[in-house]
Amino acid sequence: MEDLFGNLALGFATALSVQNLLLCFVGCLVGTLIGVLPGVGPIATIAMLLPLTFKVDPTGALIMLAGIYYGAQYGGSTTAILVNIPGEATSVVTVLDGHQMARQGRAGIALGIAAIGSFIAGTVATFVIAALGLPLTRLALLFGPAEYFSLMAMGLAFAVVLARGSVLKAIAMIVVGLLLSTVGTDLETGEERLTFGLDDLSDGVDFAVLAMGIFGFAEILRNLDSPESRDVVGTAIGRLLPSRDDLRRAIFPILRGTGLGAALGILPGNGAVLGPFAAYSLEKKIARDPSRFGRGAIEGIAGPEAANNAGAQTAFIPLLTLGIPPNAVMALMVGAMTIHGIIPGPQVMTKNPALFWGMVASMWIGNLMLLVINLPLIGLWVRLLKVPYRLMFPAILLFCCIGIYSINNNPSDVLFAAFFGLAGYALIKLGYEPAPLLLGYVLGRLMEEKLRQALVLSRGSFLTFVERPVSAGLLLVAVVVLVAAVMPAIRRRREEAFQE
Amino acid sequence: MTRTILGLLAAVALAATPATAQTYPSRPIVMIVPFAAGGPTDVIARIVGEHMSRTLGQQIVVENVAGAGGTTGITRGAQATPDGYTIMMGHMGTHGAAPALYPRLRYDPTKDFAPIGLAAGTPILIVARKNFPPKTLQEFVAYVKANAAKINQAHAGVGSVSHTTCTMLDHQLAIKPTQVAYRGTGPALNDLVGGQVDFMCDQIVNLVEQVKAGAIKAYAIATPVRSPALPDLPTTTEAGLPDYQVSAWNAVFAPKGTPGEIVAKLNDALSKALSDAATRKRLLDLGGVIPEGKERTPEYLGDFVKSEVARWTPILKAAGAVAN
Repeated sequence: MEDLFGNLALGFATALSVQNLLLCFVGCLVGTLIGVLPGVGPIATIAMLLPLTFKVDPTGALIMLAGIYYGAQYGGSTTAILVNIPGEATSVVTVLDGHQMARQGRAGIALGIAAIGSFIAGTVATFVIAALGLPLTRLALLFGPAEYFSLMAMGLAFAVVLARGSVLKAIAMIVVGLLLSTVGTDLETGEERLTFGLDDLSDGVDFAVLAMGIFGFAEILRNLDSPESRDVVGTAIGRLLPSRDDLRRAIFPILRGTGLGAALGILPGNGAVLGPFAAYSLEKKIARDPSRFGRGAIEGIAGPEAANNAGAQTAFIPLLTLGIPPNAVMALMVGAMTIHGIIPGPQVMTKNPALFWGMVASMWIGNLMLLVINLPLIGLWVRLLKVPYRLMFPAILLFCCIGIYSINNNPSDVLFAAFFGLAGYALIKLGYEPAPLLLGYVLGRLMEEKLRQALVLSRGSFLTFVERPVSAGLLLVAVVVLVAAVMPAIRRRREEAFQE
Repeated sequence: MTRTILGLLAAVALAATPATAQTYPSRPIVMIVPFAAGGPTDVIARIVGEHMSRTLGQQIVVENVAGAGGTTGITRGAQATPDGYTIMMGHMGTHGAAPALYPRLRYDPTKDFAPIGLAAGTPILIVARKNFPPKTLQEFVAYVKANAAKINQAHAGVGSVSHTTCTMLDHQLAIKPTQVAYRGTGPALNDLVGGQVDFMCDQIVNLVEQVKAGAIKAYAIATPVRSPALPDLPTTTEAGLPDYQVSAWNAVFAPKGTPGEIVAKLNDALSKALSDAATRKRLLDLGGVIPEGKERTPEYLGDFVKSEVARWTPILKAAGAVAN
């Protein structure tokens, strides 16, 4: 324990130097801004800003780059709430209730809860990293392909719970999402699947391309299609900041979300994407009136936003304690460290204590800065909603296109996003929800990969999934969740049958 | 109005006129890196590119165009205007293994490029989970031959360095372990540290810290001399597998038809970067191997690419490894 305080003191001493404070602030500000721009993600930004960090010492550089990353998580929820576009896989769920709140004139409250929830989650997660980083890493290493597959299966069960309307339609959307995730070069054999001979599909469909198209572009089409009822928040904007009552209702979802997000964030292979989905499903399950979800329930933002930020933070654990990056952004952080002559590994903590603890301390400072940056900005964002839609939508489209192009510097990605926009519009018209599709897509890739790895390792025996205790436990939860979700639907149908 | 348009057209035409070799470079140069930012090739490109920018007096901007084992970016680079303003960082995979792996490859590594010169390469290590029974490379060879059916070998996807280099090892040892594919080095390494898989081969920079910390064990480095980054690790020659010599080399290429003077200027800038003390230190810290003397010439690189294609093609074809 004394060690912990000594280390944290070293960390704060490092992070509170004028240069590092400034870098942290710049990182958070840039992160917030790019998070707000739909499409422009942290990966493209960090890659672009990498050369700028050559001039500063590695600790300062990493503090800034980390600030961009978690700043973008804060900013990402802004577009999700205001214009119904999830910038990142992790803000897909925020769209569901966040945008509904905005339409009811409660955008400020939604943004405020997102910021406060993120701050609380960030604070808790920082201490989790500081105190439990090492033991948790050992735990995460127990997760082999079989456990991972079962975790993903559990995630898909959550996706069914997510659905607002028909369970059948939700399952259909998940399956489409799974199918979309199989597009591209097969990992084991190198064969191309479902690419129609198009080279641009040989690496599959990018998440941002799909999300921009199916949420962003489709939403714009829908708004233009009925100008009278177009989906811009009216003149009544209401309160800017959450009331005491809002906070009271949000605090437990925030804490539950933090726990879930932090736990999933530690897992290798981008477990953090599951966090918000899991938090949303949990809140909906334990809510007294689940029908409020999808219609602007504050718990539907508080839980997932907290989970998102906690996961973003704890995703640093495998990087900092093992030197193994759990997702693409962390892989980029590895690159940044390597360029500065620090090859991340299990010894970073002991060999570069100032770097390790400085980064941990800077995360908390960064979260505080983000709260300070974001709360005053809410007024500005909300006022943006008053801009007439005919001026708004070309700007949104333009930024989306720039963002999509910046992912791979590939113009055909923009065309694919346009295609998914049309597809998304058709889905909305037919009453299918895009969120389960995106979750199916996000999980599908990992799920197939882990399924095949597990089966290769077990030499084809499916028993591996139930023989390993952690895996069996996760599968059991998945079955319970599924049954709980499907049962009411079956019961209702039976009741209807009886009424006839 | 018409005059404005004509004026604009003239300006565009002027800007598009190929710069002469004397004034080259008069604007920033794009270096295509065919892999995601943050990987070993990207890091080397950025370190070398930074010093080259200083020599050339113009910024070298790294553009990451990832996809299809690096061939997407190289295809784009091969089709760029050969004016010296688009160059690329080629790699063992894109310019050695790709012709065997990708039957529909739209460039020929030996014909469609103006070689500039070799940049730093990263040697390959043979590593295993920390509780894997064999202690030395000799024991490892005997063990994998005796237990081939039980052994699991991880790699980062068909066409990746860890896949091609380990396929070469399997070929030389005449073994067929079960290959487990991961999406990238990170997840593969994660399962090696966690003991889910038995062994893999990969670039030293990805493994060095794990080896030092004892999270995984290393058997040998596939270069003629030991690496200063891991001075206790024997070479494959010392450890009794002298034929296994392989490193993930990186080299700068321009599109075919780039004027000779520009190639010379770029080669000079590259060579100066590789001689600069600070740049060398950063490359050596990564475990990088720096080409010296005649290895730095464009001619050497041209011949080297031919020999690499000739070396990889039969091995990969025999293993049946095809990535479309």
